[in-house]
Amino acid sequence: MNLASRDIRHNFGRFVLTTIGLGLLLMIVMGMGGIYRGLVQEATLLVDRVDADLWVVQKDTRGPFAEISRVPPNLEDRIRAVPGVSSSRGFVSTTIQRERNGRAMRITVQGLDWPEDRGQWLPIVAGRALGQAHYEMIADESLKLSLGERLKFAKDTYTVVGLTRAMSSPSGDSMAFFTLQDAQAIQFDLSGEAVRLERSARYSRAGRIDLGRSQPQVIERTLGPSSQLPALGPLAISAVLVKVQPGVDPSQVKAIVAQWPDVSVYTADGQRSLLLGGFVDRSRRQLGLFRLLLIIVSGVIMALILYTLTLDKIHDIAMLKLIGARNGVILGLILQQALLLGGLGYVVAYYIGQWLFPAFPRRVVIIPQDLWMLAGVVVGISVLASLLGVVKALRVEPSEVLA
Amino acid sequence: MNASLGQSEAVLEATDLTKIYGSGHTEVVAVRDATLSVARGEIVALLGPSGAGKSTLLTLIGLILPPNEGRIVIGGATVFEDHRTQVNVRRYRRQHLGFVFQKANLIPFLTAAENVRLAMEINDHPSRAAKRRAMELLDYLGVAERAEHLPSKLSGGEQQRVAVARALANRPSLILADEPTAALDSVRGRQVMELFRKVAHEQNAGVVVVTHDHRALDIFDRTLEMEDGKLRGSSPAHVN
Repeated sequence: MNLASRDIRHNFGRFVLTTIGLGLLLMIVMGMGGIYRGLVQEATLLVDRVDADLWVVQKDTRGPFAEISRVPPNLEDRIRAVPGVSSSRGFVSTTIQRERNGRAMRITVQGLDWPEDRGQWLPIVAGRALGQAHYEMIADESLKLSLGERLKFAKDTYTVVGLTRAMSSPSGDSMAFFTLQDAQAIQFDLSGEAVRLERSARYSRAGRIDLGRSQPQVIERTLGPSSQLPALGPLAISAVLVKVQPGVDPSQVKAIVAQWPDVSVYTADGQRSLLLGGFVDRSRRQLGLFRLLLIIVSGVIMALILYTLTLDKIHDIAMLKLIGARNGVILGLILQQALLLGGLGYVVAYYIGQWLFPAFPRRVVIIPQDLWMLAGVVVGISVLASLLGVVKALRVEPSEVLA
Repeated sequence: MNASLGQSEAVLEATDLTKIYGSGHTEVVAVRDATLSVARGEIVALLGPSGAGKSTLLTLIGLILPPNEGRIVIGGATVFEDHRTQVNVRRYRRQHLGFVFQKANLIPFLTAAENVRLAMEINDHPSRAAKRRAMELLDYLGVAERAEHLPSKLSGGEQQRVAVARALANRPSLILADEPTAALDSVRGRQVMELFRKVAHEQNAGVVVVTHDHRALDIFDRTLEMEDGKLRGSSPAHVN
């Protein structure tokens, strides 16, 4: 005869409510782990997917995700000349915030090096990759844009031609992909008035130097577009992505490029480590500590619940001892209830989490390894939490029946 | 006095039992040099005013509390001697003793039948056999139709009958009852007392009942009086 199940049946309502309460607590513990996994996945998503062996960035910076990196676009050509390099392409990454339907919409703008890179490597779930050099974009479905929708960024209007799934930046913002030139146009957009003021300032500066005073055409040129001024370089890009030839060790190419005084170079793993070692690491530790606290709180609450359940049964336990029940019968009653409470709380946590986590604004990734680990922790805290009740039960004297 | 199973029909022989609570200024002698013997098939009433030590004596005999002095022999086996328990107390209780108290003390989350079964299952009886005997006992005690009810759904008399069934479950050689009819009306109280008599005679068990109810003394084979922790001899019930 299983005493634990019969006691639960007798106090079914209380047991159900207790289980749900514990389940909600465990769901938060589960969610914390999922949020951490989500952070890691978001942080490394692009590095993992973009299929680059090396990332070449501005000297002494940690790459486009950790901080601002600006390199000249002709760096692509220089790198392409390095022995062992198969291809190189520019990469632009910037985050913008726009209003849409009265709500803030944050987008991480990624530039693809058209025509070599059209975004064919992206997980496109609807529509297609980029099909022309300008005015098309691929958006993540989390931006809630629809195919064919037209949006104005900077001075141009872009049409959504493809939708990706689960593409977000390390900071959790949804990504949108444009050609490199379009991404730069969005990144470096200036208002008409700002352009006019810059040209006027340029004109004034040129007029103050001998060259301007002696060459009136030079002054006139300063009033034209920046792209037509040979003295001004083209717009910078964030990084250059390098793919090495098959059979070539990326570290060999890295060793060559690393000698250049104007750039720093990282392998894909190095870039990944930089991402994980930066803000993800701090978030991980923060979440880890919070998770630990929640586990302790869950354990304490479980211990109190089980202790209270034991106190409620003190008279019955005394009676069991009086009629000769072994300690195993009494411990089994408490321990089985603890494990059932923990186990069912875990199941409640899992199913509520499955229903709730997808609605979270940032990704929550629950992996089997974490689920098994938490299951082990739940068994552990169930056993530990029952100790208080067990000690109390063992100290009960059969003579308490007579009290 | 040493009694062995072969020499005597006594199911209980308690000799010079003494129980002292507290020490020094707070010392209370609850039972002093109590000696009693109960034969198989005999039902004995233990009478006396409140605080006389009746219930304490019962807890000593029932191996619930250890005496400070004395010797207890149950079914011919010495279970307490020289300040030490000579047996595994809990095993001995479940195998040889049956208890009934003023309150039925049924496990509230088990049905009547399960309460009886539990006593047998913790004594390693197979589940199916325990189930069958539980129903037989409940039938014997007239509460078979209430077998699947929880204690909270039973009347006081029914609960006490189930408690008696539980006490009989393992065919104990000695049944100890502490004011089992205190919470019952006189009719039901007498019914329970008659039940004990029936059990004692039919199952050849010794029964010791602590009671205040002098109206049912004719049921007992013998009565013992206690006062201030001392047993005041015994007399056949019909004399009182």
